[in-house]
Amino acid sequence: MAQFLFGRALQSLLLLWLVSMIGFAVLHLAPGGPLSQFALVPGMTQERLAQIAHDMGLDRSLPVQYWEWASRLLTGDWGRSYRDQSPVLAVIGSHLFATIELMATAILIAVLLGVWIGVMGAVRRYSFADMLATVGAMVALSIPTFWFGLVVIYIFSVRLQWLPAGNMYTVGDGSLLDFLHHLIAPALVLALVEVAIWSRYMRASMIDVINQDYIRTARAKGLPEKRVLIRHALRNALLPMITLAGLELPTLLGGALVTETVFTWPGMGRLFLDSLGYRDYPVVMGILMFSALLVLVGNLLADILCAVADPRIRLD
Amino acid sequence: MTLAAAGPTEIAETARRTGNRGWRRFRRHKLAMVGVACILLLVLACVAGPWLLPFDDLRIDMHARFAPPLTGLHLFGTDPLGRDLCARLLMAGRISLSVAFAAMVISTLIGTAIGVVAGYYGRAVGAVLMRLVDAMLCFPAVFLLLTLAALLKPDPIMITLIIAATSWMEVARVVESQIRTLRERDFTLAAEMMGASDARIMVDELLRNAVGPIVVAATLTVARAILMEAYISFLGYGIQPPTASWGNMLNNAQQYLTSAPWLAIVPGLAITLAVTSFNFIGDGLRDALDARLDS
Repeated sequence: MAQFLFGRALQSLLLLWLVSMIGFAVLHLAPGGPLSQFALVPGMTQERLAQIAHDMGLDRSLPVQYWEWASRLLTGDWGRSYRDQSPVLAVIGSHLFATIELMATAILIAVLLGVWIGVMGAVRRYSFADMLATVGAMVALSIPTFWFGLVVIYIFSVRLQWLPAGNMYTVGDGSLLDFLHHLIAPALVLALVEVAIWSRYMRASMIDVINQDYIRTARAKGLPEKRVLIRHALRNALLPMITLAGLELPTLLGGALVTETVFTWPGMGRLFLDSLGYRDYPVVMGILMFSALLVLVGNLLADILCAVADPRIRLD
Repeated sequence: MTLAAAGPTEIAETARRTGNRGWRRFRRHKLAMVGVACILLLVLACVAGPWLLPFDDLRIDMHARFAPPLTGLHLFGTDPLGRDLCARLLMAGRISLSVAFAAMVISTLIGTAIGVVAGYYGRAVGAVLMRLVDAMLCFPAVFLLLTLAALLKPDPIMITLIIAATSWMEVARVVESQIRTLRERDFTLAAEMMGASDARIMVDELLRNAVGPIVVAATLTVARAILMEAYISFLGYGIQPPTASWGNMLNNAQQYLTSAPWLAIVPGLAITLAVTSFNFIGDGLRDALDARLDS
């Protein structure tokens, strides 16, 4: 186990370094680099520009700049927002919780529905319902999240007026019930793609397990089918899903960005788009790096959890 | 059968028959065939349609603003400036499909090159390249695309390059694993012993035998690229108006959702139709090329 953890941690460090290199490359991609937004300020002179470049350390060599940028990232100094001069990490922190609430609800829906659909598909393979679920999942994967959001708003907010069309709370109302009422639509929209993915993987994993010898043994012992499926098959089929949860993090984060925009949900995705609009690059870069780190850590955790739950992995 | 009896014609014959079998399996895949038909129709409509319609996609007609679908000759209605939605949809399709197709070609080339090099040399080179793939996949695609699109000039060519730069990883992974297995096969070792150069082995022996999985991955990449263009154009950082794309047609649709819902529904249906079709085709190709189904 120790060896597995050590190897995995080493791999993550290499990944962390590559992620930071990509981030640094993106930062310097803008024509004129990080300096470009100052060049447009009215009354900007060449001398003043050179002074700013010097203050920002842009006149030094790239490796030195990278070293300073990366060490500031590691020590938690992620720069300050151009908009209100507050520290980038604090700005992200104040929006993070709303995104996590949205993502957690969507994952919950996706896991429950996806596992159920997947198991049903595996048990009644090639039945009409299974075929329908297969085609349905393909179509669900092809629907643009933002458009599905617009359709949901049109049907449930504009036409039926069952659900609010956006925001987290009604003005003047801050109750839990009001929050949940606002959460339903965006969470369902964000969950759609995930339900499709989870049901596909769950079906494949369940079919894999059902064909194993120990399932035949359990049946031969005369156990009731329900017990075989739930106690013996489902528990093992769920193991690869831990890894899937880690792998799905980038899709989920990207989906959250789009969903938050359509439903004006005050999370990290909306913050990202607002910051792009204001050309608030420290916050934009901060969120980009933060989300990549989140994915990296998420994948590492999923792998460790998987190894803890499944002794077969540690032996490899 | 003696070795001499299996002449070149016979080998070619076997290859042809295997190819036919794959093709037959593909044609039997109903959903894939539906996908092919939809894409052909869509492309045909986008190429020829704008000439056949009585409206120009950019002609503003303030008397015909917000006409609902099926008003006179406006099949899908009109937008807030009275422009015909059908004409705009078809012109947008030209842009969206070309961008997606070009992005697929470029990202397949990048992915194949990186996959072949990583799979062929293995060890340190392969490990570093594949970790680079992992690192790229750590960034949520939409975040990376939006940042790049905001920093760079948002014309269709740049958008194509950005989408390509963020979607080659899947192809690289597929190619790398293919090449890694093919690398150990007898015909590769034979070519190596005969003194063929690295480049020749990579292209002639390895790449040619990995075409199937590359085609599948490329098809799915088109679907992804259409979606990615739609996402960033919808959010205002992709293709810029007045050039229409399926994504930016939805850009202002949300504010008219109550009064003119067709503005949101029609372009979204076009995107979903195109993406679903490419996903079906990719799925059909994967089944058809899976030789294990033969036995």
